[in-house]
Amino acid sequence: MKSASRQITFYAIAIGLWVLVARLHIWPPYLFPTPKGVLESLWAGFADHSFWIAIAVSMRRILVGYALSVVIGVLLGLLMATSKFLEQTLGSLLVSLQSLPSICWLPMAVLWFGLSEKAILFVIVMGSVLSVTISMETGRKQMPKIYGMAGRNLGARGLKLFLFVLFPASLPYVLTGLKQGWAFAWRSLIAGEMIFVSLGLGQLLMMGRDLNDMSQVIAVMILIVAIGYIVDGLIFETFEKRLQQRWGLTTTA
Amino acid sequence: MTSISQRPAEGQHRRMATRHVGWEAARTPQAGALMETSKVELQDITLQYKTNGSSLLALDRINLQVKAGEFLCIVGPSGCGKSTLLHLIAGLQQPTSGRVLIDGKPAGGPGSDRSLIFQELGLFPWLSVADNVEFGLKMKGIARAERKEKADYYLRLVQLSQFAKNYTHELSGGMRQRVALARALATEPDVLLMDEPFAALDAQTRDLLHDELERIWEQTGRTIIFVTHNVREAARLGDRVAVFTFRPGRIKREFTVDQPRPRQIEDPAISRCAKIILDDLREEINKSLEQEYRVS
Repeated sequence: MKSASRQITFYAIAIGLWVLVARLHIWPPYLFPTPKGVLESLWAGFADHSFWIAIAVSMRRILVGYALSVVIGVLLGLLMATSKFLEQTLGSLLVSLQSLPSICWLPMAVLWFGLSEKAILFVIVMGSVLSVTISMETGRKQMPKIYGMAGRNLGARGLKLFLFVLFPASLPYVLTGLKQGWAFAWRSLIAGEMIFVSLGLGQLLMMGRDLNDMSQVIAVMILIVAIGYIVDGLIFETFEKRLQQRWGLTTTA
Repeated sequence: MTSISQRPAEGQHRRMATRHVGWEAARTPQAGALMETSKVELQDITLQYKTNGSSLLALDRINLQVKAGEFLCIVGPSGCGKSTLLHLIAGLQQPTSGRVLIDGKPAGGPGSDRSLIFQELGLFPWLSVADNVEFGLKMKGIARAERKEKADYYLRLVQLSQFAKNYTHELSGGMRQRVALARALATEPDVLLMDEPFAALDAQTRDLLHDELERIWEQTGRTIIFVTHNVREAARLGDRVAVFTFRPGRIKREFTVDQPRPRQIEDPAISRCAKIILDDLREEINKSLEQEYRVS
């Protein structure tokens, strides 16, 4: 494991440098905390349950928001894949909307839904539904036609055809889009929480700023990275690997 | 030796002289009113593709009757529309005109009375072998226990019981072929439609699967319509062989292969039958090759 030892060395040096700079006291500790200070903040946050609550609240929001955008995106994508008209009209709109940072939906969300959970869900959905839709559409088109025909031939119709054939058949093709959708949803959630919504990780981050507590800011940032990594690197990757193995798409046995 | 007989396709008697080269003439099915209804009947099936103003006649007035329990092979050059015809019978596609009758009734969309085995199989890679075989039963809403029992039975029939839990990519080509056969048989359709199922296999595996298919056919009594471009395969397997013309696809002639079963592909009699059919087909193959060279 050469890469692992390299990584360990790299992080050790980085933390060493961090300690060194902090020890020089160029900036006051509340602006440039030591790693120890950050660890203490992390510990304290978990000890007084505020981190747990924030994680729970944020995870609930993203699960609901992401689930919504997967359902909407998959259905929209399938519709667009079957209709040339929708693809040319709605499709072009969605592609152009993709260049809009999801936080730009926030003012609209606040006006429509007020400072509520609905507003943040709206931002999450708008942030991630586009990439899910577009990848579902292309996935449906790339998917070999034979599966749909075989399914119909074996008596699958309508919803059954979709659930048991078309959806699983397109999974390897849409997985990248689902992953990207998740990453967008996660970013939208944190951005939304930072600006206005109570509770959640984004709000903890802003609270650190309000209290002039850089160690809390960094501690929450570490949390956000860690959760993102766990979901992205572990859950999605494991799923992807298993899928590829099952389909026989991997070259390594 | 009366091993093989031929007759021109219906509706084309006048155009085509029937050659009798030492085989008996087949009886014409519409001879008597008391005749049993055919399992599958194609009435004037015509299919026309329209692309950007120009139209292509793919199938031209196909009339065909297949008796219950009969093994019919269709041979023709590639591009003659024989695969398309199977899709029409399976109900996956609709003809421009004409009707597909099953037991005398219009067939409509895909139904559990017919099952098509695709050339590229279309096994579901996200399901295990057993789940693939159970799929059609699941769609029919059959309870889990019964599904499992049936799947077990048909997996045993194609001798794949020990691979039930494997995924399809872990199997060899011949094994995958047998999974497709088991999957199609599991819903117990009266009619099996097979689209060049053995084309991609090596010769040994193919011979083996011919034997198995013949055994399974005799054991289950299904009606089989089997499309191939391999004339020997057609003579080896079929009770009857229909030769297709190249574009538009028409039935040029039908041959009856009167050979005892089980047969072997090396049987001299099968070779002779194949030779007779091939002579008839050669003209069409040449036409298709000409077309191919002109295009490229």
